[in-house]
Amino acid sequence: MAIRGSSPLLKTPLAANHEALGAKMVEFGGWLMPVQYTGILQEHQAVRTAAGVFDISHMGEFIISGAGAEAWLNTVLTNDIRAISPGHGQYTLMLNENGGVVDDLYVYRLEDQVYLAVVNASETDKDFEWLRERLVANVTLENVSKHYAGLALQGPRAEAVLRKVFDREIRHIRRNQLMTSQYKGESVLITRTGYTGEEGYEFFCPSASAVELWERVLAEGAPLGCAPAGLGARDTLRLEAAYPLYGHELSPTISPLEAGVGFFVNFDKPEHFVGKEALGGRRKAGVPRRSVAFEMSAPSAPPRAGYAVYADGEKVGVVTSGGVSPTLRKNIGLALINSAQARIGGQLEIEIREKRHPALMVRKPFYNNIRK
Amino acid sequence: MSDNIPDNLKYTESHEWIAGQNGIATVGITDHAQAELSDVVYVELPAVGKALTAKAPAAIVESVKAASDIYAPVSGEIVEVNTALADNPALVNQSPYGQGWIFKLKVSDSGELDTLLDAAAYREKIG
Repeated sequence: MAIRGSSPLLKTPLAANHEALGAKMVEFGGWLMPVQYTGILQEHQAVRTAAGVFDISHMGEFIISGAGAEAWLNTVLTNDIRAISPGHGQYTLMLNENGGVVDDLYVYRLEDQVYLAVVNASETDKDFEWLRERLVANVTLENVSKHYAGLALQGPRAEAVLRKVFDREIRHIRRNQLMTSQYKGESVLITRTGYTGEEGYEFFCPSASAVELWERVLAEGAPLGCAPAGLGARDTLRLEAAYPLYGHELSPTISPLEAGVGFFVNFDKPEHFVGKEALGGRRKAGVPRRSVAFEMSAPSAPPRAGYAVYADGEKVGVVTSGGVSPTLRKNIGLALINSAQARIGGQLEIEIREKRHPALMVRKPFYNNIRK
Repeated sequence: MSDNIPDNLKYTESHEWIAGQNGIATVGITDHAQAELSDVVYVELPAVGKALTAKAPAAIVESVKAASDIYAPVSGEIVEVNTALADNPALVNQSPYGQGWIFKLKVSDSGELDTLLDAAAYREKIG
């Protein structure tokens, strides 16, 4: 049996760039990734006030194509793929037979019968195998993760940086839309998506183009305050935006209804999808737990994943993500708790090192700067 | 790395520094440790009067990413804690050997101080 961590870490095409920038490199999902360059709080602030650029080359990419692709994707993913036309993407989920989450992902319709799926780095091999086992005739599935690099350019000045980077006219695209552009003769897919609560873009390009594109974004972005940002800031930003993180808010034992992403499960589409029966049953029986957002009511140590959550003296759940919110200057978190106690304005207590600290349930997200 | 390691302090393998004077020693974390932890957002201070043995957990420093135990370099009793850290935990980053000190101990056995690392040995340890 392979022991996790025994194999050498994977490196993105930008690993040398990160090290040259003085990044602190850490293991993440089997990859060697920058956790920070100058400091998490500083990078967080850059994204909130100007722009930041992240290396997201560790994420997995699959191409799904063929005459049967549309119908097949609807049997393995929860959202309705028919809702998107070429040039659009959607957030969706893969479920196990019990209705738990195998992974959360984005699927883009590149052409009528060609789709790009972007999955979590650590789940790439598992997801590919899971999809391959369910493959049908007239559908081709290809793991192109090694051939693609990804950058995320996020922040209120992301669009201004984007327009300086790409020589060709950049047309306006709305959230979840995509376009292709050229960079030095190579095709770059640009999507208006992100994981920060800011406006922004993600680029997917051939691995060989990544270094030049990264350097160009930094050079063009620097005068606008755009800075490289690492996984540390990516996590504090997504927590403020209350986006779920696989392995925390989503897992094989947490249903999308519990996690608060039921909006992306379509029970009405014609195709039967994996996990539908179990999830439908749970929906009828009542969702037992809910993912709630909370903020600490008084100064305390930051809440962290795994801390116990109490209400009215009883243990009601667990913190799934938590920490300081650099923007709100408060301690915030997400917790999976019994549905009976889940209500905005309700009181919780978070146990931090054997002492319980008061917290208040609040509306999600904690922060959002995306114009609709 | 250009870590600042003052010659007049003693160090532990777990990255605390200690400065002794008249039986009272001041303890904090090293410049190397604060740089590794990065942005400190919370410091949990020990209670004044608490008796600690050498290498016992004494305080907790929390960065954005994680919580880290701070150990007593030598045995003693807590006589003062740096309450300024409650409002400004970033002092640990800004001034690890000065305003970012964490607690003061009444040293119970000054002989224990001789077992700690000097600046050269600590510099070698962190490479």
